[in-house]
Amino acid sequence: MSRYDAIIAGGGHNGLVTACYLAKAGLKTLVVEKNDWVGGAAVSRSLYPGFTYSNCSYVSSLLRPEIMRELELPKHGLQIIPYEGGAVFTQDGGYLAMYRDHDANRREFARYSQRDAENYDRYSRDVLRHCRFIRPLLLRTPPDPTSFRPRDLSELAYIGKKLFDMPEEDIYAMIRFWTMSISDFLDEYFETPVIKAYLAVSSIIGTALGPMSPGSAYVLLHHYMGDVDGNIGAWGYARGGMGSISKALMASFVAAGGEVRTGSGVAEILISNGRATGVALANGDTFEAPMVISNMDVKRTFLKHVDEKHLPPDFVKSVKRFKIRGSSGKVNIALDGLPTFPALPPDSPCIRGDLHFTDSIERLEHAYDDWKAGRYSRDPFLDMMIPTTTDPTMTPPGKHFMSCFVQYAPPKIEGRDWTDADRDAFGQTVLNQIEQYAPGFKNLVLHAEVRTPRELEAEVGLTEGNIFQGELTFDQLLFNRPVPGYAQYRSPIDGLWMCGSSTHPGGGVMGAPGRNAAAEILRSLKKPAIMGDAYAVL
Amino acid sequence: MPSFDAIVIGAGINGLAAAGRLAMAGARVTVLESAPAAGGMANLAHLSTGIDHRIEKALDLASHGLEWAEPNVASTALSASGNHLTLKGAFGESIEGTLSAADKAAWTALRRDLLGNAAALAPFKEMTPPRLARDHGANIWDLVRNGLALRRMGRDRLREFMRLMLINVHDVLEDELGDDRLKGLLAFDTVLGHHAGPRSPNSLLGLYHRISSRVQGRQAALALPRGGMTSVIAAMQKALSTRGVTLRFNAQVNTIRVDDDRVQSVTLANGDTLTADVVVSALHPATTLMTLVGAPQFDTGVVRRVQNIRSRGTTSRLTLKLKSMPDFRGANLRTRLVIAPSSRAVEEAFNAVKYGAFSPAPVMEIVIPGAFMPEADSDGPTLSALVQYAPVDLRMGWARGRGAFLKVIMEQLEAHAPGLGALVTSADLVTPADVAMRYGAPGGQWHHAELSVEQMLFLRPAIGMAQYSTPVRGLYLASAATHPGGGVAGSAGWNAAGQAIAGGGAA
Repeated sequence: MSRYDAIIAGGGHNGLVTACYLAKAGLKTLVVEKNDWVGGAAVSRSLYPGFTYSNCSYVSSLLRPEIMRELELPKHGLQIIPYEGGAVFTQDGGYLAMYRDHDANRREFARYSQRDAENYDRYSRDVLRHCRFIRPLLLRTPPDPTSFRPRDLSELAYIGKKLFDMPEEDIYAMIRFWTMSISDFLDEYFETPVIKAYLAVSSIIGTALGPMSPGSAYVLLHHYMGDVDGNIGAWGYARGGMGSISKALMASFVAAGGEVRTGSGVAEILISNGRATGVALANGDTFEAPMVISNMDVKRTFLKHVDEKHLPPDFVKSVKRFKIRGSSGKVNIALDGLPTFPALPPDSPCIRGDLHFTDSIERLEHAYDDWKAGRYSRDPFLDMMIPTTTDPTMTPPGKHFMSCFVQYAPPKIEGRDWTDADRDAFGQTVLNQIEQYAPGFKNLVLHAEVRTPRELEAEVGLTEGNIFQGELTFDQLLFNRPVPGYAQYRSPIDGLWMCGSSTHPGGGVMGAPGRNAAAEILRSLKKPAIMGDAYAVL
Repeated sequence: MPSFDAIVIGAGINGLAAAGRLAMAGARVTVLESAPAAGGMANLAHLSTGIDHRIEKALDLASHGLEWAEPNVASTALSASGNHLTLKGAFGESIEGTLSAADKAAWTALRRDLLGNAAALAPFKEMTPPRLARDHGANIWDLVRNGLALRRMGRDRLREFMRLMLINVHDVLEDELGDDRLKGLLAFDTVLGHHAGPRSPNSLLGLYHRISSRVQGRQAALALPRGGMTSVIAAMQKALSTRGVTLRFNAQVNTIRVDDDRVQSVTLANGDTLTADVVVSALHPATTLMTLVGAPQFDTGVVRRVQNIRSRGTTSRLTLKLKSMPDFRGANLRTRLVIAPSSRAVEEAFNAVKYGAFSPAPVMEIVIPGAFMPEADSDGPTLSALVQYAPVDLRMGWARGRGAFLKVIMEQLEAHAPGLGALVTSADLVTPADVAMRYGAPGGQWHHAELSVEQMLFLRPAIGMAQYSTPVRGLYLASAATHPGGGVAGSAGWNAAGQAIAGGGAA
């Protein structure tokens, strides 16, 4: 039996981020991971000879630049390559292109509507303003508004001041934006269905909401508030697949003296006298530490790996009703060559971005109605990308890897578990949709991996296959995330902490929950500040 | 006491409430109503969730004839098999019918929490929304004070209160209850009058809005006025006439004249011009500002905001004349009857309206006034139903759609009251499109502007107009589109008059 200062249960990207900071602060830190590899949902895997798959998360933007810098990820091999926007194919054989350049987009919008082109300036300005407000909050621990502790009060005052520093009308506009549906929001700017459809999808990716659900506009922000090299809202590929992020984190962790054990996950978090004392692994190994930090989602952590007798009943109730809803699947495809989309002009740079086939908000909403009824969408929304158009290191020359994020897919089909036949039919729906816009595409398919919420849960350990470890609705954001009273990365058990996406500010390959958790832990240990800005505030 | 001339446009509940308060402050008030009678959209309602207590008291409505035939109407969640559930007393104090002991206990706890949360929100409904800016600190203290008062409920309750603030009702019902009939009824009550389904985030606020009201001091009660909802209006009219308010009917306002950003006069369709220091409009803000004043008087930002006020009506009213009393498989007709088999059924009914169609299986509440007041039925029983959902802009067109929608409603009724169809002698269906036309309410929305979070409090009806004032000095908004919204309570009109008195008497 070995003793550590801290054990991280689960080697997802947030777990690794926390681990890096703790190790850098001099703690003897161990990461335990059930899979034979680390990274959780940020992985590169070889599932077909010669091909590298980003088989869960597939693009990067949200990873906080502070983390990149402080953990020296570029030095440890991480390279993010921005990509050109993308395109939506319309049912009438046309397309809408999206570029990185604002003016190019504006010209593209003008092909459809002069009015939309003009309003695009106002739209971009408004969304950016909302992003600017929220970005600094990502790396701060949410204050508890029911508390009178000086730290909570001063943090509340900080947010209040930030809010009241804005012009009055901007405050209202922002509160409005946070609570409305993306469909209503876009109606205030645009009239062209395909433009609205393209812009709306960022509001539903990963959530169990439709574009007409109030609150969905906020989720748009969740996908816009990232940046690549300081370009807010830009997205990029991690060279070598998303696993490169985890690999760089792991290298940074090992360089700081950390230890990783893969191949056996946590069976039980050990608790005695109300304190975490270590972990027992599925293979029988036990490790002791005065601190256990769980990277698993809040349901998995407390309902599966902690004996209920250690927890207050109200807390268990809250955890049980925390909404983690699977809403998406993934189809990862090895291709013999680049498919041709007749609608797209040859040599269009858009092929390097995200490609969609859903050309109206109504089609998106219909896809959501299927989910509500417990079915996978008959006409699903695909966020399709071919990263190898930008990063040729992932496949043999001339071949391509295609990643299709698919929404909606419920965690259960009309109340029963997914079967292999369901999964295959779901995969076919996706291939058929692509074939419609790229004739001959199916002939290029060398291998396809179809992942429903069932597979995501089984492999990555995400409850119900929810990619954000919990819905991003207001009842589960900020001081409510994951559950009221426990939004500060702590749990009812001394020494048991949380650092996964179930905590503020939520999912995406962002690393913010991991960094915030580390900041709280180090603060509780009265360790010197090894991270800048946010931690230094108090 | 200040003395000035005030014109109120629209004799609905809010217009009358505003007129009453203005008159009490010493104004000479004229109310202009385009219809031949008062009441406006109050005539669409069939039960009351209560008149704002300030109005009831100040205008002494009881002495002017307001009387309740039943001040505490029970609700029956109808089951197609006859296994009904009856919620007695205000918001189901007790439940009659087969219900598991676990659900009974869960309902007691949930009811207590919901009523408590709603009561905590009631003071926010009464206040004039504050302005959120450093240099307008004055009335933000109301908000802060009301906010701090919430701490009195204790830390654990407060945390729960905040979690539930912007949640959807479906999740709450699924978390706490098991019985589909009960969940269906509560889901229906939450979304009645709204453009939302039970699964729409923030929808629980719709229920809070409803159950924060009081009838005779009893929170969340539903009441049937003797003589129907028109008698509420009649009592208001009487109260106003004793205070010297003049009501002019068939008086359609065509324009509100503005000079130098100040209101000058209003001109009627018949050419009459009336001058006044203060004009309070209880019409929809878009009608008031864009049609009566005219868009050229406003900045583009104001025009855009007013045009972006969302007002999608979803509720229809059906009135059936019957040969004899119907039989809803034995349900007590002296209750409100609700057809909403489950929360999921309500959500599925909502799906259609998103795509411009009416629900193939609509949900509804039914009141048979004759069951409470036999005198109301001199020419045979009347059945009144509020039905959801149908959009104002039905894609197939209402000319073709009216008959089709009536058919699915009748099928739904027939399924719960076999033989009902044969009893019908006449049917009158008022769709959201009819509401828009008849009452001049764009969108046919019962709250004028949808009562959704992004159109609440300081965002209602639009940014910059939440204090009932407009960019035009002397012109005030008093419609249900202003805070705190509709529901035949008169609060919006009462608050608006307060602002007019404070800010805009004779200048």
